[in-house]
Amino acid sequence: MSIRIENVTKTFGKFTAVDKVNLDVPDGTLLALLGPSGSGKTTLLRIIAGLDVADSGSVIREGEDITRQSARDRKIGFVFQHYALFRHMTVEENIGYGLRVRKRPKALIKERVDELLKLIRLEALGKRYPAQLSGGQRQRVALARALAAEPKVLLLDEPFGALDAKVRQELRVWLRKLHQEIHVTSVFVTHDQEEAFEVADRVVVMNQGRVEQYGTPAEVFERPANPFVMDFLGNVNVFHGRVEQGKALVAGAALAVADQHPDAPSAAVYVRPHEVVIQHEQSGNASLPAKVLHVNPAGSRVKVELRATESEQLINAELTSERFAELGLKSGDEVFVSASRVRVFAGNYVI
Amino acid sequence: MSADAVIIRLPARGPGPQVPASFVNPRTDPAWVRWGLTGFAVLVVGVLVGIPVVNIFYEALKEGVRVYWDNLVADPDTRHSILLTATVVPLALVANIVFGIAAAWAIARFKFPGRTLLTALIDLPFSVSPVVAGLMFVLIFGLQGYLGPFLREDGYSVMPYATSLVGVFVLVVLYFVFRPANPAARRGVWRGPTWLVVPAASVVLFALSVVVQKRLGVWPQGESLKIIFATPGLVLATAFVTFPFVARELIPIMEAVGAEEELAAINLGANGWQMFWHITAPNIKWGLVYGIILCNARAIGEFGAVYVVSGHIAGQTDTMPLRIEKLFQEYNLPGCFAVASVLTLLAILTLVAKARLERKIPSAVHEATGEGGS
Repeated sequence: MSIRIENVTKTFGKFTAVDKVNLDVPDGTLLALLGPSGSGKTTLLRIIAGLDVADSGSVIREGEDITRQSARDRKIGFVFQHYALFRHMTVEENIGYGLRVRKRPKALIKERVDELLKLIRLEALGKRYPAQLSGGQRQRVALARALAAEPKVLLLDEPFGALDAKVRQELRVWLRKLHQEIHVTSVFVTHDQEEAFEVADRVVVMNQGRVEQYGTPAEVFERPANPFVMDFLGNVNVFHGRVEQGKALVAGAALAVADQHPDAPSAAVYVRPHEVVIQHEQSGNASLPAKVLHVNPAGSRVKVELRATESEQLINAELTSERFAELGLKSGDEVFVSASRVRVFAGNYVI
Repeated sequence: MSADAVIIRLPARGPGPQVPASFVNPRTDPAWVRWGLTGFAVLVVGVLVGIPVVNIFYEALKEGVRVYWDNLVADPDTRHSILLTATVVPLALVANIVFGIAAAWAIARFKFPGRTLLTALIDLPFSVSPVVAGLMFVLIFGLQGYLGPFLREDGYSVMPYATSLVGVFVLVVLYFVFRPANPAARRGVWRGPTWLVVPAASVVLFALSVVVQKRLGVWPQGESLKIIFATPGLVLATAFVTFPFVARELIPIMEAVGAEEELAAINLGANGWQMFWHITAPNIKWGLVYGIILCNARAIGEFGAVYVVSGHIAGQTDTMPLRIEKLFQEYNLPGCFAVASVLTLLAILTLVAKARLERKIPSAVHEATGEGGS
């Protein structure tokens, strides 16, 4: 079932949590609401579920306006950030609760609970209480509980927020696979861009209650709509310069701009660390001299910190270990830096 | 952290490293300080609490169990006082359980204008002197009070309206609680637009109930409705004085548990009634029992407010504490101590129950915040 959000606004006192948001969640997609804390993504999720009431605007499910429906009538599953499992009920009772309150026959509940326990691979732990489970197990029970009543839409609030890195990784893969199997329209909230890109079909970047960008992970990553998105999606080097004839002029170097861009007297020039190219010799005026400050070879990619000789600006670069070995960099080396890809945002953006 | 982790383990004497003579254990004081302080504490508790309590039972049972029993049940006025307390206290308790849960719910779950004021008002009975509380009711319902003349002339004439109002209110609440979740599944009384059905039905039912009660003459006419110097006044005064116990016990527990489980239940399709009984009630039950025990203890022993509104009519409005005072004034010491011993016994039982529950509640709150357990 598709979900459409039209002009939804929600304020708490003087604070505007969600500001005239419009959003389309097509049927069967797995969409990520990505944004820093306080960007209104959880509030938006709660408004879709009916757990919060929007001040204005409407929520439409498959053409039907459900803005005025109560949470219990919406048939929208919700997985809470801290799971909100019923602590005095066993895992089985938790999962079966949605069917129990809807007065389904006992045999059917039992069958569905067993099926879901199998799906979340916790068949053996049905009689345990939530306090006796690990974080990852609780997360899966919460998901099974939300799925038991066969919701038309599934919402997940920071589903992996409270888990450690390894369990997180496993659950991400599992959620992706689960979505491919059951194909229920899902929206999840996260502040981790890596998580959003790995799991979701569509990504919505939110900031200060507004939608900054909407698109597939590739679109959002490759073509950030504005400096905020650019900056939020991981580390980025920002240079200040100007644009002339399709080249960004930064600290004496002229870098080729990826997208067509009109001339601008003042512009912010963005280069991601992995797009920084380090060379031993100067290549015309397309590179600027810099000094290697620090090399961190731990991890799959080598992180290099440099300082531009002229402007004294710090530059972060990431190299593959092969390229690093080829260059044989060490701190104190004098090198030349250029960029394989440059993005420019003109205007008075403040980062 | 377990308690063992905190204890500084001193090296054992004998084999192993020797403790130097100059070593002073930072966790203990010299023997005379320890024994002196402990002894002083025991002395104070003994003189102020221990001896008087033992003395009550000694005086009551001095002349044997038979006399003790006669003192309790032979005198009809004493017997009546015990029965009256056994009537007034449960009524006050029920009122406070309902109001306490409702007030705690409102304060712990909602933000609304006047929330701070309500929190303060809940505490008012604790800060106001019980005598003043009693006086307050006399000023409203007493003969010289605001409602006094009316209640005396034809007090029962309000009863059809009052009962109908309460009845209709309860019905409206039940209507919303039991209304099917799915609009398509609403049949019978649940069909039709709510904004029209509910007010129209309320007015009709109210009018019907009032007319029926008046026609059938359910309530006496032209008679005075006694509140002060009668059981209703005793219930009102007792309920007022013990009002804070349940609500104050529940508010922190409900706040610690949080609303998420309740929201999860609603999201899964539970109605308000199911949510309360399946989720809220199990989470607050120990706190509620604790509050009820404290409330009960205070209600049984209430003297000041009840003293003002009762009028001390022996065999009619004397509760146990009032009876004790009267027996004492009449120099009937054995009778006085016999009744007192019953109250003391109830108090001791309350303490035992309270101590047992206290071990349960921290763990309940602990579980509530999601720590511990696993």
